[in-house]
Amino acid sequence: MQSRAIELAVGLFILAGILALAFLAIQVSGINREFDSKSTYQLYAEFNNVAGLTRKAKVTVAGVQVGLVTAITINPESMRARVDMVISSEVKDLSEDTIAAIQTAGILGEKYIALSPGGALETLSDGDRVHDTQSALILEELVGKILTSRATNP
Amino acid sequence: MTILDQIAKLGQGGLVVVGNLGRAGMIVALALLGPPDFRHGPALLIRQLYSVGVFSLLIIAVSGLFVGMVLALQGYNLLIRFDAVEALGQAVSVTLVRELGPVISALLFAGRAGSALTAEIGLMKATEQLAAMEVIGVDPIRRVVRPRLWAGIIAMPLLAQIFNVVALWGAVIIGVGWLGVGADAFWTNMQDYLEFRRDIFNGVIKAAVFGGVITWIAVFQGYNTVPTSEGISRATTRTVVYSSLAVLGMDFLLTAVMFGVN
Repeated sequence: MQSRAIELAVGLFILAGILALAFLAIQVSGINREFDSKSTYQLYAEFNNVAGLTRKAKVTVAGVQVGLVTAITINPESMRARVDMVISSEVKDLSEDTIAAIQTAGILGEKYIALSPGGALETLSDGDRVHDTQSALILEELVGKILTSRATNP
Repeated sequence: MTILDQIAKLGQGGLVVVGNLGRAGMIVALALLGPPDFRHGPALLIRQLYSVGVFSLLIIAVSGLFVGMVLALQGYNLLIRFDAVEALGQAVSVTLVRELGPVISALLFAGRAGSALTAEIGLMKATEQLAAMEVIGVDPIRRVVRPRLWAGIIAMPLLAQIFNVVALWGAVIIGVGWLGVGADAFWTNMQDYLEFRRDIFNGVIKAAVFGGVITWIAVFQGYNTVPTSEGISRATTRTVVYSSLAVLGMDFLLTAVMFGVN
């Protein structure tokens, strides 16, 4: 009788522990993010500089999240950064001359990729490359440019 | 003469330390290796999980709640200076899952369960129960040490995850409920940053290592007690001191290995 109560208590304890782990896995690390499912397609783009961009960064169109960055690698031939992303299939008619720009949410915020569709009739499909890109804005470079321009024409 | 005595004492002390380390290693090896005992093993393990895990649950949950609330308050006060309170969920959850969850619950576990283990085994030794077991042909290491060691290794990760969830809940109460951080920003920033393999799974491994180390120290201190009431009280103190130090030291090593070089 008493050992039955102990077994129940231990069972509840282990269940609580496993539920806690499951909660952390699903809710906190966001394993179930919608962009991991099948209704997505892949795009990639090459940037001169992706400083500060990370995996799982947002990909947006007009400020609405439509996908996320899955991998950041270096293309050994062009020595540019290759960024792989998945896009929700709901946004399938991105024109071929779409521009991918790395932007920052606020001054200290995280980096994300903003896609701006153009006017071309052809659309991007699975595995295509976004050709037009704008690299990350680097504050130090900007400050440096301002300083040098002020120095040359005062 | 006196200098020679000093040197001899030093050498003797060193021998005792190395000898103890060897005995502790043999105890853990004998307990973990060797054929499993399917007849008595599960019942013994469940009993130990009960006394080590279930009894620690309340202190872990209550401490977790307050730790989470404090983290949210302090994090908010810091982040508001940078106008970045949306990052509160991220800051709190990273701190908890990677470090504070495993470490604080391990320290509590050392105080709550480790000391009890030492006292229990020390008393078994003082009342010659261990010797009696050997006389009737029961191996005290397999009977006493093994279930306690496994119970520590299994219970610690579960306790740490429960600590994390309760602490996160405390942080939500303070951060979202009281200080008014947006709930969506709180959760999405957290989900954007945390990764299961890197953050949560490493936390589980940390906790399991801590559980093993704490129980190892506790069991050995009990086994090595001078069998008097003073000896037991000293051994209990040593368990808490040594295992707290071991947890903090191991935490640095594990963090260096897991998160050190990216």
